[in-house]
Amino acid sequence: MTAPTRVETPRWTGQNYPRKEDRRLLTGQGRYVDDRGMIRQGYAHFVRSPYAHARIVSIDTSKLENMTGVYCTLVGEEVKEMTDPLFQIAPPPGGNMVEYLMAVDKVRYQGEPVAVVLAETRELARDAADLVEVKYEPLPPVTDAIAAQEPDAPILHDEVGTNVSWQGTYEYGDIDWALSEADHVVKIDKLHFHRFSSTPIECFGVVVNWDRGTDTIEVISNNQMPMFGAMMIAPSLRIGIDRFEFVSQDIGGGFGIKINLYKQTGVLALLSRKAGRPVKWVETRTEHHLDGGHGNERWFLDIEVPVMADGTILGVKARAIDDAGAYLHYEPLGAVIWSQVLPGCYKMRHFRIDYSQSLTNKCPTVPNRGYSRMQHLWMLERIVDVVAHELGFDPVEIRKRNYVQPEDYPYETPNGCVYDSGNLPLSLDKALELVDYPKWRERQKEAEGTTKRIGIGIGSTLDSGTNNFGQSRIINRELPFSGNGEAAICKLDLYGEVSVALGTTPQGQGHETTAAQVVADILGITPEEVTVIPGFDQARNSYVGFSGTYASQFAVTGINAVIGAANKLKAEMVELAALVLGASEEEIELAEGHARVIGDPERAIPFIGLANMVYTNNAELPTEVAERISLNCRHVYVPPFDPPDPDRKYGNLTLTYASQIHVAVVEVDTETGKVEVLDYAAVDDCGTRINPQIVEGQVHGAAAHGIAAALREEMRYDEDGQLLNANFLYYHAPSAADMPHIKTDWVESPSPFTGTGAKGMGEGGGAPLHAICSAIQDALGTDVPIVADSFNPPERVYRLLHGEGLGAGRGVEVVAKGGS
Amino acid sequence: MDRSDTFDIEFTLNGEAVAATVPARRLLIHFLRDDLDLTGPKIGCDTGHCGACTVLYNGRTIKSCMMLAVQADGATIETVEALAADGEMTPVQQAFHEHHALQCGYCTSGMVMSATYLLEKNPSPSPEEIREGLRGNLCRCTGYVNIVEAVAAAAGKETSA
Repeated sequence: MTAPTRVETPRWTGQNYPRKEDRRLLTGQGRYVDDRGMIRQGYAHFVRSPYAHARIVSIDTSKLENMTGVYCTLVGEEVKEMTDPLFQIAPPPGGNMVEYLMAVDKVRYQGEPVAVVLAETRELARDAADLVEVKYEPLPPVTDAIAAQEPDAPILHDEVGTNVSWQGTYEYGDIDWALSEADHVVKIDKLHFHRFSSTPIECFGVVVNWDRGTDTIEVISNNQMPMFGAMMIAPSLRIGIDRFEFVSQDIGGGFGIKINLYKQTGVLALLSRKAGRPVKWVETRTEHHLDGGHGNERWFLDIEVPVMADGTILGVKARAIDDAGAYLHYEPLGAVIWSQVLPGCYKMRHFRIDYSQSLTNKCPTVPNRGYSRMQHLWMLERIVDVVAHELGFDPVEIRKRNYVQPEDYPYETPNGCVYDSGNLPLSLDKALELVDYPKWRERQKEAEGTTKRIGIGIGSTLDSGTNNFGQSRIINRELPFSGNGEAAICKLDLYGEVSVALGTTPQGQGHETTAAQVVADILGITPEEVTVIPGFDQARNSYVGFSGTYASQFAVTGINAVIGAANKLKAEMVELAALVLGASEEEIELAEGHARVIGDPERAIPFIGLANMVYTNNAELPTEVAERISLNCRHVYVPPFDPPDPDRKYGNLTLTYASQIHVAVVEVDTETGKVEVLDYAAVDDCGTRINPQIVEGQVHGAAAHGIAAALREEMRYDEDGQLLNANFLYYHAPSAADMPHIKTDWVESPSPFTGTGAKGMGEGGGAPLHAICSAIQDALGTDVPIVADSFNPPERVYRLLHGEGLGAGRGVEVVAKGGS
Repeated sequence: MDRSDTFDIEFTLNGEAVAATVPARRLLIHFLRDDLDLTGPKIGCDTGHCGACTVLYNGRTIKSCMMLAVQADGATIETVEALAADGEMTPVQQAFHEHHALQCGYCTSGMVMSATYLLEKNPSPSPEEIREGLRGNLCRCTGYVNIVEAVAAAAGKETSA
């Protein structure tokens, strides 16, 4: 007799199941950090440096000593006595940095905290903070990453001895050969990727209690990578990880920036211990812009590109100078993370990128959607575009010629990364079709000679996901990190309820919904019947060191952890059911809330019956089974990685490579320099989609961030290191009226490496920055300097139209080699 | 006036009479959230730009971070908590759910209030009018695409109902 076959068709996975999170968020019942508090809490307010660079001469808190309602103060010197400096990721010299949880002796950026006050109310804490008298001796600041490397630049950190926090050369193939053999060499003076932040609408917040009775620290916060935060601050506070309980429920956007919420958490924990009461702190918008963290600014200098007569681009030689700001927060990991996408979407094989990172008197940079890869991808797309314009190639054809082709996957890049799957030419075709490319080319011709020029631009990107943390050893070979992972717990509760605990900290990505969809399919119930416990709680023990929601990975790490836990639970349930129904395990199926014998639905036991056997009726079970089966199944998903080779800077740095191809159509007003987006399309390929609507929402969001960054948003410092737009009045986050409609389509190239075929996605690779710069270039033509900055407000475009670019002349030179 | 001065106020909040004593300088948003534990309206900026704190004040949308609590005296105020008070989400809320018009949800309380007000004033707005009508509310997750769709869909429902 052959065993009956079971239908394994997913019923819920792949559907646009409306989100389980929505109801509470739509009815004002979400629980964000500022919605929560603790009994007896005081409110904290930080005293911040008005200077970008200064010596702290003295801090006088005496005016607060007898103020009614002021509980306590804490200054940097006290922090220094109670703590150790923070662990540094960088090797020396950057790793010699001595960074305490709060500034000691010196401040290095405007807004850096020097003291904190705890008081009975928000208002009083703010008033009292104004009465703290800090004497500063201003020092000359350096705000430019290139100038910071000059010999006469003021040094930020004496113990580092230089403002170069990290330097390394990434060399693959033979770029010198390529440059000598190429038919053309295109040289670009300099490109500049600007500083901005995705500015989540919810600023940082922490409610923390250092409990005197248990000596444990409860932290309610909106940290999006809490265990990284715990790993950073526990040694500084001289305590174990087990002293912490990090908790969050709803988080109001993160985009990477909320990885940066750990120093403040440490200081506030000390403040709580000193005051003997819980502490609540919520950043103001201005504080968030000054201190929350910005995306990386980067310069690319002396770019040389070997190009063959047929348009084949052989590689890139360049210097990259990254601007980390005043401290290394998560940095210098960005100094390797860009190399996940070394050749971008292209089959270039020869590279020499001399990468260095400067410390400057600006807010520390932190991961921001598209972290470190979008800067590099932007450079590559600028190169491809400039090559096309200067040498007269069609921008579509040159991309298609150089793209990694569908038949090339899995494709190994020159530095050992393995692109899993994709179809870039098809994605580009779909994007062009969405905007009706031929129509816009016609319109472009019609607009020639008028003051409203039209340009069409392409942005080709990869959204690399699921980091191999072994790449950190390329930065610092002493680091004990490699691989990645995520945990989940799937449980059958006492009355047969199914619940799931995640290790992730979603900020809108809909994890409760997608986790419920896959669990429902495995256990034969509906997503409605799966409770995914909202948010993160360290006490659930559903976490690993890399837990969190960042770097485009939930669909791989999080979902595979959930699938693993649900499969373990299913196996236990099937074993129990087989035992009680007198059948073999192969004969049992889970369906409609029952375990039943296939083809004989009368022989069934409901989930509550299985739960009863284990939780409250276990004398009925053989002891061996009762001791082994818990119905409480934890699974850790570990992606298949080896540690990279730090000598060759070689290895597979991420598991999946989703792609996004964007096309932008812009109108440039030659009288004002104003750029208006007339049409916009994004085509995403993230493999198998678990919930297409959620995927599309991520595509919209990433596109909006990039469009706004390209045209509206810059964290702008003056020469004194003063941030000129520390609020939404001057920092132009877009409203609905400022944004174009975004058309979307998709290609589905399942990943062979993830089990489900899904790829991580969400960051989007900064595609709009590439596409819009490309479109502006297309509108301006080759009579004016190249678009060399990623930020193009009207004044910059106006200057380009009048011959003022970033480099010498037009910022580009073509050297034609002999014989072609 | 001293910073410790307080005032007695009476007003109607989500259909119920409220009497309270508030410090002169307390913002309406802080009064709603911290003193009345009505945490639906959110705080996202210091300057009245983000709109997360949007509530209805005598039937008009206002940003409750731009008003003092004392100004609530005599007024009728409605927050997002009033919308599904009977347990049923309103057509606007339902449309946001169906069209995936929210992600992190932080702007949503204010966005839903502004969308509701917009449809009261203009029951069948064009996409451009929707975008203009929501100009005072910032969302950093959605790129507004699905928000515009949801409001248009809610408008369709209300007109056909």
